[in-house]
Amino acid sequence: MPVITYRQALRDTLRAELARDPSVFLMGEEIGVFEGSYKITAGLLDEFGERRVRDTPIAEEGFVGAAVGAAMLGLRPVVEIMTINFSLLALDQIVNHAAKIHGMFGGQCRVPMVIRTPGGGGQQLAATHSQNVELYYAFVPGLKVVAPSTPADARALLLAAIRDDDPVLFLENLALYNVKGEVDESAGPAEIGRAAVVRPGTDITLIGYSRMAAVAVEVAERLAAEDGVDAEVIDLRSLRPLDRRTIVESVRRTNCAVIAEDDWLTYGIGAEIAATLQEGAFDWLDAPVRRVAAAEVPLPYAKPLELAALPSAESLATAVRQTLDAVARRR
Amino acid sequence: MTEIAMPRLSDTMEEGVIVAWHKRVGDHVDRGEVLVEIETDKAVMEFESYESGVLRQVLAEEGATVAIGAPIAVLGNGSPDSGSPDPAGGPARPAAATPEAEPVTVDSAQRTATAPAPVPPAQAADRFRASPLARRVARDLGVDLATVPGSGPGGRVTRADVVAAASRATPAAEPTGPAEPTGLAESTGLAEPVAPERTEAPVAPRGERAGVGVPARPGRQWDHRRPAGVPDEPEPPREIPLTRVRRVTARRLTESMREAPHFYVTRTVDVGELLAFRAQLNARTAAAGGTGKVSVNDLVLKACATALRAHPEVNVSFAGDKILAHQRIHLGMAVAAENGLVVAVIRDADRKSITEIAAESRELAGRAREGRLHAAEMSGSTFTVSNLGPFGVDSFTAVINPPEAAILAVGAVREVPVVRDGALVVGQTMTATLSVDHRALDGAVAAAFVRTLAVLLADPLRIVA
Repeated sequence: MPVITYRQALRDTLRAELARDPSVFLMGEEIGVFEGSYKITAGLLDEFGERRVRDTPIAEEGFVGAAVGAAMLGLRPVVEIMTINFSLLALDQIVNHAAKIHGMFGGQCRVPMVIRTPGGGGQQLAATHSQNVELYYAFVPGLKVVAPSTPADARALLLAAIRDDDPVLFLENLALYNVKGEVDESAGPAEIGRAAVVRPGTDITLIGYSRMAAVAVEVAERLAAEDGVDAEVIDLRSLRPLDRRTIVESVRRTNCAVIAEDDWLTYGIGAEIAATLQEGAFDWLDAPVRRVAAAEVPLPYAKPLELAALPSAESLATAVRQTLDAVARRR
Repeated sequence: MTEIAMPRLSDTMEEGVIVAWHKRVGDHVDRGEVLVEIETDKAVMEFESYESGVLRQVLAEEGATVAIGAPIAVLGNGSPDSGSPDPAGGPARPAAATPEAEPVTVDSAQRTATAPAPVPPAQAADRFRASPLARRVARDLGVDLATVPGSGPGGRVTRADVVAAASRATPAAEPTGPAEPTGLAESTGLAEPVAPERTEAPVAPRGERAGVGVPARPGRQWDHRRPAGVPDEPEPPREIPLTRVRRVTARRLTESMREAPHFYVTRTVDVGELLAFRAQLNARTAAAGGTGKVSVNDLVLKACATALRAHPEVNVSFAGDKILAHQRIHLGMAVAAENGLVVAVIRDADRKSITEIAAESRELAGRAREGRLHAAEMSGSTFTVSNLGPFGVDSFTAVINPPEAAILAVGAVREVPVVRDGALVVGQTMTATLSVDHRALDGAVAAAFVRTLAVLLADPLRIVA
């Protein structure tokens, strides 16, 4: 299997889907001539032409609205919003149109569109360009939100998103674009709504998505080496629908859990996971579920402050050790 | 409901041992009434209740070691009758007050990203804590959760605690080691001949693996019965847990010997006149209807105080980059108490009369032997006297009581031949050995101090001058 970057996996998948299905087309700011701010669409304008790869004005509400209309009429638009921060300008189109139309109009039409957009801080892009607001979309019935953390999942979930008949917000992460991994180019699309146990273990369950899923795997390997802890890691992969069964089953076996999320703690994704665990695994919990999240501040620009505000492998390892100590599980 | 936490009763205290509860569950407690006796690292102290109420629950049994801040009892309101310590049926509280349900920690600007997990809130539970899993396992194993000491944060009972309790309740399983969660019934290794080193191997209670505020289990009973026909097996040493006092003594005196380079100055002191003076003093006191005698040690204490006044450079502490010259003279007096060595402090000894010192030393020593000194009565000394004379010791050297700069070791009074005015006569002497921290003092200073002390002891009227 070839080892490629997350970025390359996204590009190759877009290219393959453009080639496979003539109803698929791309829209977004600077995705054509400039090849995308993060070069995900490199070479695609040359290969597929302006009808299939369309540069748009700096007008998120406009081009997302255009994509909603195109999807209603049978096309499969894949919109790139340069970062998830700018999706706020299109919030009404996403939440009130894309998510609602199928249900509100008696199922007359579906909205098979994809919004690709990266989130995440840590790049010194300052507070307005470093947010993790995927929660806003994961909150809304009618939308699907997926968040791959590996190149293989980037491919499998993008395939699934493009072929899904409902609007899908496809969350990428600035810190993951250069991550490399094996990608099976013959594999089919992933099942949206299915989490992955990416590292089986018995002592504790670490739950993350996107960048923090990768961090959780790193922490689990470190704790195995340093503390002899056998941690299970679950990559949520899909924030809506949420795979409650997988996380509950895991915690029923390990009896404790730590959730890692790049967003803010209060009302965050981790709060929903924690609620799920107390509903589904209450009698199996030997310690309170802990959450590791970003500091509740607009993300600072200064590098040391930015690093201090973001959750890290270190803070996750600390939370895991404290939880294990609380249940006398760490040797 | 009020949770009563293990109080901090001395500066160096980290945990306390419950010595005796003065109240039982259901008893009414008045504010200021003694609730419990607690042994700290230094003494046994009575702990008085800060509020009135009814003792609902005792969370730490007598003999239990509890970290500072961990709950030891629950005090409630209302009549004693309603105070049944039912763990599940406690008065309902609003759900919002459930400690761990609240993500209390996030105070936006102050927090960083590290582990923003809920810190257990201050002790406010009105029922004991057990994890849901521990409750379920307790049901399955038939363990009464109320009897299980919790090793988790805030005393939370975890599965490991329940399993450990279940294994203790199955006596047959005990000698073979920590019991596993399942298969307790199968692990009855007693039918087989068991090698003695196996039966006597110390077995750590499972809960202690946590290392987080784990209350010590009650003392282990050692089984020295051996299988017949194994007569000459060596007896393994018996393990005696350290008392708080011994632990502190070990730590502080190790620190002293490691950090303070000791040197010793010994002088034999003619105490003939001192003994005559003491006899006269005691006789006159008794004749005047007074009670209480002055001891040789009291006179030595007073002489030391006077000598320290004359040599303030001895009344110091070495403090890294400076010397601390103490403005007041507080004399420490080493007392062999039942549970170890303690140093009782006579404050401002240089300003007290011999009879005052005698009365105070007698009273302090009496309480010290019973372990009833308050922490304040055992701290702040600037110079210590250790007297093994009553045990017949000729001379000895003492380890400096940090952060003091010197300690005086006093031997027994002996009748010895002495040369006086060119003639051999029977005299009475004792030895005084000063241990000195060479970082703070040099030999000449120490020698001058000991000379002053010898002169004072040889000429006791000058002690009181």
